[in-house]
Amino acid sequence: MACVLEAPLRMSVLSEVTASSRHYVDRLFDLDPQKVLQGVMLLYLLQQETSSTELRTECAVVLGSLAMGTENNVKSLLDCHIIPALLQGLLSPDLKFIEACLRCLRTIFISPVTPEDLLYTDATVISHLMALLSRSRYTQEYICQIFSHCCKLQHWHSCGFKSLPQPLLCANGPDHQTILFNHGAVQNIAHLLVSTSYKVRMQALKCFSVLAFENPQVSMTLVNGKHKVLVDGELLPQIFVKMLQRDKPVEMQLTSAKCLTSMCRAGAIRTDDSCIVLKTLPCLVRMCSKERLLEERVEGAETLAYLIETDVELQRIASITDHLIVMLADYFKYPSSVSAITDIKRLDHDLKHAHELRQAAFKLYASLGANDEDIRKKIIETENMMDRIVNGLSESSIKVRLAAVRCLHSLSRSVQQLRTSFQDHAVWKPLMKVLQNAPNEILVVASSTLCNLLLEFSPSKEPILESGAIELLCSLTQSENLALRVNGIWALMNVAFQAEQKIKSDILRGLSTEQLFQLLSDSDVNVLMKTLGLLRNLLSTRPHIDHIMSTHGKQIMQAVTLILEGEHNIEVKEQTLCILANIADGTTAKELIMTNDDILQKIKYYMSHSNAKLQLAAMFCISNLVWNEEEGSQERQDKLRDMGIVDILHKLSQSSDPNLCDKAKTALQQYLA
Amino acid sequence: MADAGAGSLHGGDSALSCLPEEQELSQRLRRLYPAVNQEETPLPRSWSPKDKYNYIGLSQGNLRVHYKGHGKNHKDAASVRATHPIPAACGIYYFEVKIVSKGRDGYMGIGLSAQGVNMNRLPGWDKHSYGYHGDDGHSFCSSGTGQPYGPTFTTGDVIGCCVNLINNTCFYTKNGHSLGIAFTDLPLPAMISNQFMELLQEYIQHLFKSNLYPTVGLQTPGEIVDANFGQQPFVFDIEDYMREWRAKIQGTIKRFPIGDRLGEWQAMLQNMVSSYLVHHGYCSTAAAFARITDTTIQEEQTSIKNRQRIQKLVLAGRVGEAIEATQQLYPGLLEHNPNLLFMLKCRQFVEMVNGTDSEVRCFSARSPRSQDSYPGSPNLSPRRGSNNSHVHSTGADSPTCSNGVLSTKIKQSCSKYQALSSSSSSSSSSSPSSVNYSESNSTDSTKSQQHSSTSNQETRHLAFLSFFYLSDSEMEMEAEHYPNGVLENSSTRIMNGTYKHEEILQTDESSMDNCPQRQLCGGNHAATERMIQFGRELQTLSEQLCREYGKNTMHKKMLQDAFSLLAYSDPWNCPVGQQLDPIQREPVCAALNSAILESQNLPKQPPLMLALGQASECLRLMARVGLGSCSFARVDDYLH
Repeated sequence: MACVLEAPLRMSVLSEVTASSRHYVDRLFDLDPQKVLQGVMLLYLLQQETSSTELRTECAVVLGSLAMGTENNVKSLLDCHIIPALLQGLLSPDLKFIEACLRCLRTIFISPVTPEDLLYTDATVISHLMALLSRSRYTQEYICQIFSHCCKLQHWHSCGFKSLPQPLLCANGPDHQTILFNHGAVQNIAHLLVSTSYKVRMQALKCFSVLAFENPQVSMTLVNGKHKVLVDGELLPQIFVKMLQRDKPVEMQLTSAKCLTSMCRAGAIRTDDSCIVLKTLPCLVRMCSKERLLEERVEGAETLAYLIETDVELQRIASITDHLIVMLADYFKYPSSVSAITDIKRLDHDLKHAHELRQAAFKLYASLGANDEDIRKKIIETENMMDRIVNGLSESSIKVRLAAVRCLHSLSRSVQQLRTSFQDHAVWKPLMKVLQNAPNEILVVASSTLCNLLLEFSPSKEPILESGAIELLCSLTQSENLALRVNGIWALMNVAFQAEQKIKSDILRGLSTEQLFQLLSDSDVNVLMKTLGLLRNLLSTRPHIDHIMSTHGKQIMQAVTLILEGEHNIEVKEQTLCILANIADGTTAKELIMTNDDILQKIKYYMSHSNAKLQLAAMFCISNLVWNEEEGSQERQDKLRDMGIVDILHKLSQSSDPNLCDKAKTALQQYLA
Repeated sequence: MADAGAGSLHGGDSALSCLPEEQELSQRLRRLYPAVNQEETPLPRSWSPKDKYNYIGLSQGNLRVHYKGHGKNHKDAASVRATHPIPAACGIYYFEVKIVSKGRDGYMGIGLSAQGVNMNRLPGWDKHSYGYHGDDGHSFCSSGTGQPYGPTFTTGDVIGCCVNLINNTCFYTKNGHSLGIAFTDLPLPAMISNQFMELLQEYIQHLFKSNLYPTVGLQTPGEIVDANFGQQPFVFDIEDYMREWRAKIQGTIKRFPIGDRLGEWQAMLQNMVSSYLVHHGYCSTAAAFARITDTTIQEEQTSIKNRQRIQKLVLAGRVGEAIEATQQLYPGLLEHNPNLLFMLKCRQFVEMVNGTDSEVRCFSARSPRSQDSYPGSPNLSPRRGSNNSHVHSTGADSPTCSNGVLSTKIKQSCSKYQALSSSSSSSSSSSPSSVNYSESNSTDSTKSQQHSSTSNQETRHLAFLSFFYLSDSEMEMEAEHYPNGVLENSSTRIMNGTYKHEEILQTDESSMDNCPQRQLCGGNHAATERMIQFGRELQTLSEQLCREYGKNTMHKKMLQDAFSLLAYSDPWNCPVGQQLDPIQREPVCAALNSAILESQNLPKQPPLMLALGQASECLRLMARVGLGSCSFARVDDYLH
């Protein structure tokens, strides 16, 4: 063991060298297996209970330096099971040694190649780390940093905020946030927010921003849990607000704003609270300004987009704050023509962030224009806005494409814009292109946008249909993805609205009867509603009704019966009764109802239903059936009178509901004529 | 007295109203704009009843504005300006206007205009006029056509207008939300260079004329708006915005490049420190400093010691001895400075009344005169103003006398050098360090407020000094590494131990109420006679000077004040009793010291104090010519 005896001296030399020379660190992990051995040796020494604490500390320091090298270094260390060895080291009574182990662990865990789950393999580790939080400012800093890097949600990186309709599943099972929360992370870390060390304050703040993200439980505790968390007599939101002050470092302002944003979105702070309206929101807008670094501008815009996404009042405030809409236009000017010529380094930097900037701007525009027509108008009036969206739709980066589609979707809610700028820029063309072979997350938003572009007043409707949209939409209705099914059928419903015979036939052919019935028995009420809506739109104007009923009558009547008998909500039943009313409007189709006593009994039943909407819908059916200018009206009237319908009509003509009353009187008049 | 801050301390009180709202307004204005000297440049507090179009009506203390014209078209527009323009020393200025009623059409404009701009218009339409209009949300930058700027505003909205005098921009707020920059390049003075003083004066006059006033304009019947110039808390968090700019400007100062030749910078700083120490006669400290920094002191050691001795005599109230010593050491000096001599003699007379001067003291039975001990602090602060003395009141019973403070300084700047304590001990043995406690019977340890203020002042100068000094990275040291006790010791030794006398000094003059032996000329009859005789001599000297050099009102006043002391049975508690305060020795001491230095062809003021004075004066000038950043770069910020 001569090696061990000599080691202390060599170690200290090595640690000095490694800290200063990255080059040397990388060479340690050469392809040469002999050199990899050095790492193994260090680990071995680290774990020897018999070696002195000084030596073991030096080992941890050197390992930490090695971990700061390339990703390959970290991988090699992970392969040597460095994490369990270091975690074991944390049980030592020696603080210096613990700090060295934590520092090394920190370096390893912040590397993107380290799986976060490695921290959670042993349940005792987290509680031990919590206990170590009180030891020194270094343990505080490192542990907070480890936590905030080992508690990431999957989509934090991918899209920044949740806006997709389907629930996002956290890939890591019972999520890290909950584990840390259950170990008292909030209480243990809260007081570090007022530490004298800036680094500790900052890491604690980052930890909270990660813990609270989309987590109502953590967010509520931060505001006022069962045991109010007070630091220096102040509630945590007050401390966060102080960290938002404009003379604080930008990093601190931004992270603090993220915490408050998460707490607000989780419902722990009201959206009209002054700390959101007058502090967090303006701070995030400032983060978007030209004075900030590109990274900060990206993060600021994404966080702001998340904050205001669902609240129209916040959207309105943001839209007037510091010319945000104009400010965002600058996000598209990277790399600028100046940087290309003057400075290669700057060009590189700009290029790296250009995509991020564009997608962040699109996201924020999407949130800004989500609800308010005036804001949408302002956005579209921004210089070259539509061109930028159109370009964004065809960018290679999925992130940018997704954000561009989302922005387009938000703006497509405007009737006026659909008629004007959307048409002028032939937005539908790139949109249709995006829909080909796109990943689901893009498809969801793109098809949703398509729904709006297919509204009857949209001038884009016709060219879209000509480019084969029906086929595409029909295929979407078969998707496994619920949102895609909804969007597919929704779009078809819009297409069928007041459409010509040919298009209706195309839809029926494209969907096939089986698929139509499949959709009518879909477990999701949205799909069902939109399918019924589609049917209703298909069954309008008399020739269309008769035509469709002559080919699909039997199946449709079956489906209607089934739904009316099934356990469905009022809206579904109302929609179904409306379909019946449409059928009753047909010339030949009427007979399908008149010959179906089962259906007639159901209509009668709904005439006396407790819900006025259903009564009214049933009245439409009756009214259409008894209309006396049409052939065979006498027989139908007689048959219905025999069923006792007239008595019900008399009763309804006394109804307090004016609509019902009117409708009943009109129907009765048909009998008198 | 180039202390801009001193002015503002009083300026805020210039409005002589005692109403609680007024007080609150004054307080808020002082907090928001601490750099503004309100005596020189008053802040807007209400709308001007004179500077308005006659379609404008004012009420509620001239804060509410309503329209009373016909409101047919734009020719019926009417504006009103605030009582005062926005002083540049605000740095950042802010006011808010609440729309009480939008009236018929809500054609309201809020903004700024220079004096003389037509009031039959809305703000923004004319040259030197800027406005944000409620009906269309447009901004008007000296033009009849507006630019799309922000949202419209109407009844219930609070519109704020912020003028940034640092970058000459203006932004508005609506209900507490910043709407973004509305105007850049406001016609506020920005640059000034190569101007002669006369031109400068003229220029300043001109600037005062073109300064911008808060302005509102209305155009249709029923329009009513209320102004908030600080009467109420603002809806927008303007203080947060100011914080950001303060941090920005202080960051600029901190990062200001000092050139490549670091050695030169360091040498200059060392020179400043050294010259300061030498000037005030901190002889041993200066020597120690020179030794560790490897620099040389211009003045000879003995010369410094001589000055130190004379200063100590003056500060101890032994002016007679001081005059004697000066005549002996610097023959001809006082003869060439009759004004200085007269001042000294007047002081000597006062000290006789006080019972401290040796001419009367020799009659005193209390203690034998000790030639080599000089109770009193030589640590005078040469540039203190009388109005400062009551400002800085620190814990009176704390033992931080001037020398204590100095020792802290020594600790900071010298502790790096291990050899210090041993080397300084040698110097201490050679210096006159005998302490004569017998001089005083009662050792009342409470220090007068004035005295602690002296040390406070001292601290500030030294802190300023250390600011320059420590900003040099090579000299940066961490004081915490050195145990207190040791250094306290070593530095005390550097200070020769003599300054412990201060407490003794205090007992003689300053504890006014409970000091039974405080009597005219120490209560000795012979001494009183000597004093009267001296007074006659002084009178003669005055007459002689008058004959030779013509009438001198200053002399007359000095003499009058000094003689007035005799008119009261208790001179210490009389309207002119202030003169007996030991603090009054300091200007005399400083004048004498400067005169000696000048006679030796040395600067009469230490460069450090010159730099400090220049910085203060520079900030004052910046305020006058409209460079707003001066408000966030106060010399005071670096003096504690």
